[in-house]
Amino acid sequence: MNESLPLRELLIQGTYLVSSVFFIVGLRGLSSPEKARAGMGYAALGMLLAIVGTLLHAEIVRFEWLIGGLLIGTIIGVVIGRPLFISVPMTAMPQWVALSHAAGAVAATLVGINEYMILRPEIAAGTMAALGFEVLLGALTVTGSVMAFGKLQEILPGRPVTWPLLNVLNLLLLAVAVALLVVLMVNPVLSTAFWIMVAIAAGLGVLMVLPIGGADMPVVISLLNAYAGLSASAMGFALDNNLLIIVGALDGASGFLLSILMCKAMNRSFTNVLFGAFGAPAAAAPGTLADGREMRAITPDDAAVRLAYARLVVVVPGYGLAVAQAQHALRELTDLLEKRGVEVKYAIHPVAGRMPGHMNVLLAEANVPYDRLFDMEEVNGEFPRTDVALVIGANDVVNPAARTDSGSPIFGMPILDVDKAQSVMVLKRGKGAGFAGIENELFFDPRTFMLFGDAKASLTRLVSEVKSL
Amino acid sequence: MNLTTVIQLYVFVLASVVGYQVISRVPPLLHTPLMSAANALTGISLVGSLVAAGSDHGTLSTVMGFIAVICATVNVVGGFLITDRMLKMFKRDHRKAP
Repeated sequence: MNESLPLRELLIQGTYLVSSVFFIVGLRGLSSPEKARAGMGYAALGMLLAIVGTLLHAEIVRFEWLIGGLLIGTIIGVVIGRPLFISVPMTAMPQWVALSHAAGAVAATLVGINEYMILRPEIAAGTMAALGFEVLLGALTVTGSVMAFGKLQEILPGRPVTWPLLNVLNLLLLAVAVALLVVLMVNPVLSTAFWIMVAIAAGLGVLMVLPIGGADMPVVISLLNAYAGLSASAMGFALDNNLLIIVGALDGASGFLLSILMCKAMNRSFTNVLFGAFGAPAAAAPGTLADGREMRAITPDDAAVRLAYARLVVVVPGYGLAVAQAQHALRELTDLLEKRGVEVKYAIHPVAGRMPGHMNVLLAEANVPYDRLFDMEEVNGEFPRTDVALVIGANDVVNPAARTDSGSPIFGMPILDVDKAQSVMVLKRGKGAGFAGIENELFFDPRTFMLFGDAKASLTRLVSEVKSL
Repeated sequence: MNLTTVIQLYVFVLASVVGYQVISRVPPLLHTPLMSAANALTGISLVGSLVAAGSDHGTLSTVMGFIAVICATVNVVGGFLITDRMLKMFKRDHRKAP
């Protein structure tokens, strides 16, 4: 430790240090929409420095493969990232992020495997532990992300797939994988143990995501992000590289924080999301409550009058809005209302969408200014003075049973207090229950009007009705 | 456990705390761009991949490094471009001047 480092090494470490600072400054920029783009510029610069610093590495003796890889990767990245070539729609953002996690994790896993094969004859126990975690978390993230992609892209069934003892099996597999890692720490030459460990991790990724339903995807995607970050951190421990440790830790923190926030927003624990298989369909006669009350339908022209003569309208968009691709029609309607002097606010529940903050991006894409978008805490106090709460394709996040009915599966989940508004208008495809299969008493309230039909068609109809007033 | 490992643990824990502090300031409005940015950052495994692809440890090692470099670069480049595309969409209201 006391001998001074060669100049080359000093240069590398200096570059890495500046790079780490840029990453932190970059993430800090995301605390406000005005500074966010500049912040990401710093982060990108940090990444560039990281690459430059790495190229100075003494171990690198051949550049042809490395430059070829960088070029091919950049071309593919640009094709995906630039709307000119393939325009990834904002609704597909969660599956894109999942796929991208998989790519990063493939890299981490391959580096880990490669390092193991090079060092195999003599690996210190500490290094082996780091390599083991890198490969375990990496392989798990690869298959888990591909599964999440399949579910979100609806190639695989989105409903939770589960069978008895699956959780026990998963825990057992995890225990075996960790046991194999301990064996490898004692005797790193046993390459069979290493390969079995990798295979188990890959299998675990599949089995862990399989029983998780579509509505819980925000948690899973955040969690996979955390795993990918921790895998990079482990790589840092194995390769003695502080930059990898730092950036991996930042990623891990981000992923875990978001998964915790998402769990809180659903009032569920981590274990419940991961092992609960929520979202199994419940059978109930649609359109009527046990006491025989029925939903009250409203015609589009009545609905238009109610909206046009309101003082404050709060829009509650749910994922149904995005499914119907009705964001632009909604923006058009609210623009018209604002021209007539109606105050319009958007109330965004934290789990509206398929990933954290998804609904904000979908509305921003439809040119809704972000100062109209309000978080649950900010907007809940406004409902008592709201004339019309316009609920579009949302169900569980406005279900008052979460506050009142201790027997309800969503009891305790924080909701938007739509039921406190003067009147409620619900745009809904049909009379069926929501994603979680839970009946919503709000829809049977005497102050609630239902406008049935496809969200986009209904909104377009409302636009023309308001125009003709 | 040697001194290097101890220092690495220090770095890991401190970076996690800084990460937690910085990220808990990100408003829910920007959670999706945050996720996409964090995703671009996982491409930092590029650092390890480059060394694997450039060092001389036989063909298999080079090929694995090569594939790793491609995957990590896609992650980085695609991640930053998509994050920027998303952030560009967030606009203030200019119709009503305060």
